[in-house]
Amino acid sequence: MTLASAGPVIPNFGVHSSKCVVENRLFCGEWVSHNFSSVLWPALRQHVVLTLIAVSIGFVIAMALALAAHRYRAIERPTLLVTTFLYTIPSLALFELLVAPVGLNIFAAEIALVSYTLLILFRNILTGLREVPREVLDAAEGMGMSRRQALLRVELPLAAPAIVAGLRIAVVTIIALATIVYTIYPRGLGVPIHAALGEGPFKTELIAAGGLAVLLALAADALLVLAQRVLTPWTRARAS
Amino acid sequence: MKTADTAHTEGPSAFAKTGEHESKAAELELRHVSKRYPGQRSPAISDLSLTVPAGEVCVLVGPSGSGKTTAMRLINRMIPISGGDIALGGRSVLQRDARELRREIGYVIQQIGLFPHQTVAENIATVPGLLGWPKQRIAARVQELLELIGLDGDGIGGRYPAQLSGGQRQRVGVARALAADPPLMLMDEPFGAIDPINRARLQDEFLALQRKVKKTIVFVTHDIDEAIKMGDRIAILREGGRLAQYDTPREILTHPADEFVAQFVGADRGIKRLSLTTLAELKLIEPNGTRPSALRAPPQTSVRDALSMILTANGAPLAVVERDGNGGERVRGLLTLGLIERLLADEAAAR
Repeated sequence: MTLASAGPVIPNFGVHSSKCVVENRLFCGEWVSHNFSSVLWPALRQHVVLTLIAVSIGFVIAMALALAAHRYRAIERPTLLVTTFLYTIPSLALFELLVAPVGLNIFAAEIALVSYTLLILFRNILTGLREVPREVLDAAEGMGMSRRQALLRVELPLAAPAIVAGLRIAVVTIIALATIVYTIYPRGLGVPIHAALGEGPFKTELIAAGGLAVLLALAADALLVLAQRVLTPWTRARAS
Repeated sequence: MKTADTAHTEGPSAFAKTGEHESKAAELELRHVSKRYPGQRSPAISDLSLTVPAGEVCVLVGPSGSGKTTAMRLINRMIPISGGDIALGGRSVLQRDARELRREIGYVIQQIGLFPHQTVAENIATVPGLLGWPKQRIAARVQELLELIGLDGDGIGGRYPAQLSGGQRQRVGVARALAADPPLMLMDEPFGAIDPINRARLQDEFLALQRKVKKTIVFVTHDIDEAIKMGDRIAILREGGRLAQYDTPREILTHPADEFVAQFVGADRGIKRLSLTTLAELKLIEPNGTRPSALRAPPQTSVRDALSMILTANGAPLAVVERDGNGGERVRGLLTLGLIERLLADEAAAR
């Protein structure tokens, strides 16, 4: 107790206390390099996994719903109602609400994360499909494509820019949201961020973990932009 | 004997580019076709019967609401038929799988509807791809069609539709429709979105192309002048999809079936008729050695244009001149206003 009040409160640092830490500077690179493999790297990997699972499942569900709504208009309104409702539930509350029926586990975490992707993905996929020009579909039908062929060869490729735009928003949103998964399930970058909040004036862990979350979001976004450039070369083709 | 036979049958392969691949055409017959939309009192098409001989261009023309596009879309079953029958090459289209049928019918629409995410070559390859042709055959066919529409240079096959001009897009649309060598082509106002100057050029190009490929074509337009120019036969439809007259352009202009047709083709139908005849087809007045006026025109000029020239020159006779082999000119004969009057009168009398 006396020791704690005498100097900065630094967890897991013991004998390795460096000058930076002792002097309580804003950011200590040495702490980061020392704790990267044990604290930050595992948290980052967990964060990526949490995000990938959520966006993948969300994408599959949203795609199915959007294809159904594209074919049967009546499905659009109820789907929008439900996904908008899910989207508006405060995230902390949703995590806590899921604990009782599901438990303190990855399922509760993913159910919550997936529910936040649905509105964004559903709306973007459906918009993309609906914006395919009428005459292009008419030509596809007139040349003897089946509905399935028109969907796979014409509608989905032409909706790709809108779909990727939706994925970008969903991925960035989920990377941010996944930092509070720690409240019910101790995984992801939320764990070191939360731990850092208890470290008083020592800010290095908070900055490092938070910074990683931001970098992860930027990297994922850049990756999707790149994927779109490769997948949709025609969007950049203009009269020369 | 046998070797001679073999040599003979192998002969056509030398003409493959213009002959072998572009030879298919089928007769189209509409028999008492009707279309009634549920909840509508008057039918969109009523008792429409007409036959388009193989290799001819039939233009469906009429005011809006006359059901010309509907009639066209009944043929490839984009719109389900209510009554009657349609036969292509003697076979009812109603007994066929709709998608299989459509792959056998070229389809060109006003907005063209090229796939923006596919290159020109990929667009043209659409129907052959659906038919499961081997890759090499598709590539060869695409190349052949690019040459046919004059877009084989400059790597145009690898461009996207957004990189083409309106006229180029239109030609690619026609090439795409021709890709699987369909016996019938449906064209819905194919030049409707093109400016007048380029439209005339595309029409001429298309007529030249049709002389090569000789397809049976159903061509929809609202423009009677385009109908006269493009059609071997014209079907004039009136409100409710009733056939007012089905005849050659010359017959329709000379002997309109009723007041509606006469009004639709216009009060200037006599002049329009003159555009169907060229100076080469006329029995001209002998030049008689006298040196004619400065007014001269080549034999492929239409009588309509020649009349305009004569009127501009205050009624002076026009000399029809043709080039001889040595780059000089030879006067073939003279055209006068009196001769044009007689031409119109003779046509009106002949029936």
